[in-house]
Amino acid sequence: MFFTAFSRPARTTFPLTAKDKETVKTFWAKISSNGAAIGADALSRMLVVYPQTKTYFSHWKDLSPGSAPVKKHGATVMSGVADAVAKIDDLTAGLLSLSELHAFTLRVDPSNFKILSHNILVVLAIMFPTDFTPEVHVAMDKFLAAVARALSEKYR
Amino acid sequence: MVKWTDFERATIQDIFSKIDYDVVGPAALSRCLIVYPWTQRYFGGFGNLYNAAAITSNPKVAAHGKVVLAGLEKAVKNMDDIKTTYKELSVLHSEKLQVDPDNFNLLADCLTIVLAGQMGAAFTPEVHAAFQKFLAVVVASLRKQYH
Repeated sequence: MFFTAFSRPARTTFPLTAKDKETVKTFWAKISSNGAAIGADALSRMLVVYPQTKTYFSHWKDLSPGSAPVKKHGATVMSGVADAVAKIDDLTAGLLSLSELHAFTLRVDPSNFKILSHNILVVLAIMFPTDFTPEVHVAMDKFLAAVARALSEKYR
Repeated sequence: MVKWTDFERATIQDIFSKIDYDVVGPAALSRCLIVYPWTQRYFGGFGNLYNAAAITSNPKVAAHGKVVLAGLEKAVKNMDDIKTTYKELSVLHSEKLQVDPDNFNLLADCLTIVLAGQMGAAFTPEVHAAFQKFLAVVVASLRKQYH
């Protein structure tokens, strides 16, 4: 099935170093005003490039890129990411209620966190080609993986 | 056999006709070695890979990045039978180079991100999907001869 993602469930996460946190916070400060746009593009893209993710949104009228529900939800997701940046020193505690939401209500298969993370990184590369250096890329990749891990805490 | 839509075929041909192989190949490989440092295990003879700056300026990494992209061009030219086109490459990676095939996904992700940075807004969700499908076929073909 050629539309499966290059993702696997997050089996390993790598602890964020002080340098990683610094890099993430600095980069986030530059880009945070674009949060909603980043979220909208990442989500739009995910639904097209990894169509199996559409299964979570059967209740939306319109799943096409840039549609109203996609834009709204993209903004919601990125405000969660913004919250995670603020709570970067203790993601597990900081994202506790979001973890419970994903575990008990939304029940999103955790493999999808990696898919969405990849799409966020693609959007960052598109929107910030000079700032999204390999060093920033690795810090953001680790950070999003750590967020995904925190979101998966309550699953079982 | 993989079925390509006209859009997918045209998109892949278009992308590869426009990218600068000498820029994209090295950028993708060096990004992979930086973002997923364990991939450096396959490049023990490449000299200084100590940090991002060293990797980015390493001439062996750059040269090898071009080799990898030239390899991808074979798939672009034989989209209707990538599996057969890559049979020997698959054997090479499995038996001689002994690369863990999960690493193909890591390089593919980095290549996608480098391409996105190059193409900007032109890397629409639809173009992205076509590229993703192409890389998925490439990766599957490279995995095929592993046993």
